[in-house]
Order: sequence, then C-alpha cells, then structure tokens
Amino acid sequence: MYDNASPVPIMTINGCVIVAIRDDLDDQEIVSLQDQLVEEVARRSAHGVVIDISSLEIVDTFAGRMLAAMAQMARVMNARTIIVGMRPAVAMTLVELGMTLDGVETALNADRAIDTITGDRTKES
Amino acid sequence: MKERAASVALRTSNDVAFARQAAAKAMAAINASPIKRTKFVTAVSEIARNAVIYGRGGIITFEQVGPAGQRRVVAICEDRGPGINDVDAALKDGFTTGKSLGLGLGGAKRLVDRFEIVSSLRSGTRVTLECGAR
Repeated sequence: MYDNASPVPIMTINGCVIVAIRDDLDDQEIVSLQDQLVEEVARRSAHGVVIDISSLEIVDTFAGRMLAAMAQMARVMNARTIIVGMRPAVAMTLVELGMTLDGVETALNADRAIDTITGDRTKES
Repeated sequence: MKERAASVALRTSNDVAFARQAAAKAMAAINASPIKRTKFVTAVSEIARNAVIYGRGGIITFEQVGPAGQRRVVAICEDRGPGINDVDAALKDGFTTGKSLGLGLGGAKRLVDRFEIVSSLRSGTRVTLECGAR
C-alpha cells in the first residue's frame, strides 16, 4: 500500500534489517517507521536491526523513546538492535536531556554493527 | 536590536518539524556551533511538541537579538492550553501527565542559556528559550 509506504527505505542484508533515517521525520513518521521495522524483522526472520542516524541533527525525547522501544520490541523477537552514526552533538544533548537509551546498543558505523550481529549468529550455529 | 522574526503555527506534529527547521535556520543565521544548534533545536522540539499535545496548539516565534558578534536567538512559544498547575513540579524530571518520559520541559531548560516559563490557568503557557552561538 502506497499511502502507508515508509518515507525511509528499509532493506535486509544477510539477516540484518538496515535503515538510514533521513533528517527530520515528524512524530507520526517515526511511529510508522517503528511499525515497519518490527514487521520487517518478523517477515525476514532477521537477527538484527541496524539504524543509521548519522543524518539526524537532533534526537529529542520522543525520537529517543521510539528508538529505545524499537530495540525492546526487536529483542522480544530475538533480534539485536544497533544504532550507528550518532553525531557528537546529539550524544551530548541526549545526556543533558537525561535520556539514557537503556538497552540500545551503539556502534561507530554500519560495517561494525553488521559484523557484530552476523558474528553472533555464526557463533550460535 | 531585533530583526528577522519568523513564526510557525503549531497545530500538528508536522508543525513541530517546521518549528525545528525554523530554529535550525535561526541558529545558522547567527553562525552557532553545531552543539549549540543541536541543543537549541532539541529544546524547541520539546517545547513545540508540548504546545501541540498539552496546549491545544499555539505559535512559536524566533528572533535574532543582540549586537554583532554576540547574536542570540530567542524563541517564544505560546499555547492556548489549560495552563500548568504547578510549574515547579512540571520542570522536575519524570513529571508527566501523559505517556512521555517527563524529561522534555526540564531537559529543554538545561539545553538553553535562558529559560522562562509563565503559565496561567486562564491564558495558557508561554515559554521563552534563548541561546547564544557558542
């Protein structure tokens, strides 16, 4: 369905759902992205989710809460969520806001995140 | 010296995104550092969302003030809501009447150089945020 289409392209590589958030999603777009990510994890039986936020200039309490909830939902579905590309200014702002993003893993870049997720899977099998 | 005021009407979550864009533009106009810009835009996002969710909508206005070299951005957000019963309590982390984390108002205060809130049960809530370039 086109009207529910994500404003953000989601792809799956090697059992990892990968999404690069473009700058300035409004609250409704963030919520619909969350729904689509969870659905994609189920549909592809994904082991992990990599969310690239390098184009985000800000992460406020709403976006932060959605990222943390996304990670929790993925965990319930046995997938690991790693956030990559957080700008230094965003990290400093989150700390001042008091947002700890509990349960959210971070990595420097998408390569490392995918390595971490697929590495886990190799060990398991 | 005041100039170049910009206003954004706040009715929907999409308007909160417009307010963020206007805030970023105003901070760019005073050559603010990336960290100051991110802090200010984040604070504006929290306050503008509060106006939409709790304040029945409103308006946020941005102004650049101060002499050359010490320019600052002032944002004034006014809503038409029921007002905040206890402003001091609302500023405490963890306070919320909704489903949020209750970090928005107190967090916004920590992110800017000057923060003022005036709320009355009759005329709604007015929040002033001020931030310099460095």
